[in-house]
Amino acid sequence: MTVTTTPALAARGVTLAYDQAVVFRELDLSIEPGRVTTLIGANGSGKSTLLKAFGRLLTPSAGGIELDGAPARSLPTRQIARRLAILPQKPLTPSATSVRDLVSRGRHPHQSLLRPWTEQDAAAVADALAATGMTELADRDAASLSGGQLQRAWIALVLAQQTPIILLDEPTTFLDLSHQLDVLHLVRSINAERGATVVMVLHDLSLAGRFSDRLVAVGRGRVLADGPPWEVLTPTVLRDAFDLDARVIADPCTGSPLVVPEDRLTYLS
Amino acid sequence: MLAPARSRRGTRVLVVTVAALAALLPVLVLAIAAGSSQLGLGDVVRTLMGAGTPSQELIVLELRLPRVLCGALVGAALGLAGALTQTFARNPLATPDILGVTSGAALGAVAAIVLAGGSYSVGAGALTLGLPAAAAIGALGTAAVVYGLSWRSGVDSYRLILVGIGATAALTGVTSYLIARAQLTEASTAAQWLVGSLSGVSWASVWPVLVAVAVLTPIALTQSSTLSVSLLGDDVSTGLGVAVQRHRLVIVACAVLLTAAAVSAAGPIEFVAFVSPQIVRRLAGTARPPLLASAVVGALVVVGADTLSRTVLPGEVPVGIVTAVIGAPYLIWLLTRRKDREMLT
Repeated sequence: MTVTTTPALAARGVTLAYDQAVVFRELDLSIEPGRVTTLIGANGSGKSTLLKAFGRLLTPSAGGIELDGAPARSLPTRQIARRLAILPQKPLTPSATSVRDLVSRGRHPHQSLLRPWTEQDAAAVADALAATGMTELADRDAASLSGGQLQRAWIALVLAQQTPIILLDEPTTFLDLSHQLDVLHLVRSINAERGATVVMVLHDLSLAGRFSDRLVAVGRGRVLADGPPWEVLTPTVLRDAFDLDARVIADPCTGSPLVVPEDRLTYLS
Repeated sequence: MLAPARSRRGTRVLVVTVAALAALLPVLVLAIAAGSSQLGLGDVVRTLMGAGTPSQELIVLELRLPRVLCGALVGAALGLAGALTQTFARNPLATPDILGVTSGAALGAVAAIVLAGGSYSVGAGALTLGLPAAAAIGALGTAAVVYGLSWRSGVDSYRLILVGIGATAALTGVTSYLIARAQLTEASTAAQWLVGSLSGVSWASVWPVLVAVAVLTPIALTQSSTLSVSLLGDDVSTGLGVAVQRHRLVIVACAVLLTAAAVSAAGPIEFVAFVSPQIVRRLAGTARPPLLASAVVGALVVVGADTLSRTVLPGEVPVGIVTAVIGAPYLIWLLTRRKDREMLT
């Protein structure tokens, strides 16, 4: 798609590989600011790998990532952390740490030896706790939270970082449907209220279609489809990207694309 | 550590640290007073102020003060080193003793005693200079090898501990071999030193460990908030702007050099690096052992154990045996508690 403004994030000729196994070769992908973009793809398609590269957790073996038009490699990691926050798939929740303490760590990139904890940091943490509905649980031990509460606490940490760009790697995994909806509504409201650019990886295609402005389907080392949900979630793309026979109907609640897999007759017979 | 507290836990850390610091001075004075020729607390304070009798000055300034100070510094170095490695590996078992660093330092020091002290008859003065260097080389070399062998696109704490246990066994074997083929006098010096003892300590042994603690403690304290972030895992830390590799290098270098300094001054005093940070972590109720408090409690443990060995216990048992007798049951207790199998994380 055509991008007139400077992309918030851009991959330029990026090759990503683990040891010798190449996941993406010379990939170009731009992320427009202020929108919710979701990466979808089959297991092992490399969508999390791509997100990690955008979040500088993985260094491309060729090409580079641009952050607001400037090469990310030339920026100090602390400075990147004030502009881009990433929530990886399996963060470690430390013991004997209250939710408030956990969320406070999100202020790390804003602090230094000469600039310790300030009122501004406390306000950012209180704000993040309120936005995620975690204020009442702030003094609870993080290790004692339920899966949904813990995920909200981690999202609060990312919010406390107060970055214009937020990357989320499968933020709804291990959550029941109701809690998945909670998290995704939260993501949309962050986008709407703060104008944050959100890039996330999701497994559930219908939820991806409902909550995203743009979907990017990846597989076989490249982008297979890219565009608004109705253009990407088509039977052709689903067969190509997921090896899935499915119909796409309008979601009766929102009108967004709803993916309904075909009945697999071989399974019944 | 002493940064403005931002939560109740932060306040508790502050209270534990201040309480430990407040206990340190009276404990040091008591330790100087205690011993075969009993001195009153008033005599000790008067002598320290420069108004004691010549015999009191000899006992306090030349014999007991260096011993007590050295014990406090060694304990602080070990307590801080333990807090750093336990947090780094997110596992209380990951102490310099278990990771092989202590054994490496001990091998370096024994080699200095047996080889240099024996063959070349180097004087005691040269030995006090050479011993810390040899211990540092042994500790750094071991740390590099253990870290390198545990590295497989990242360091897993259990692999680190297993490799460390293997390294400890190998290094202990080499140390025993050196002692077995040494001259009798050097062998007995080395063997006595290997237990971990403060009995031969003079002012000359105080300086290297004083310099190490004075230089490395502030460096370690600058990493304090980064250590808290590192508990969230490498990916989250990177996301929060931590230069993970550089941070690790600083932590490991501080811990290894502190251990080397402590071992070269008093021999490998077991379990101090393991026990002290864990005592503090339980008192403060935090996710990781607070650094400054771990150092102060380490000092209290070593000075306390040494004073106990000089006064209550018969025949002056070396301090390393006292700390081992206290520390080993604590280790077993910690290992058998299911909840702590997850350790720090």
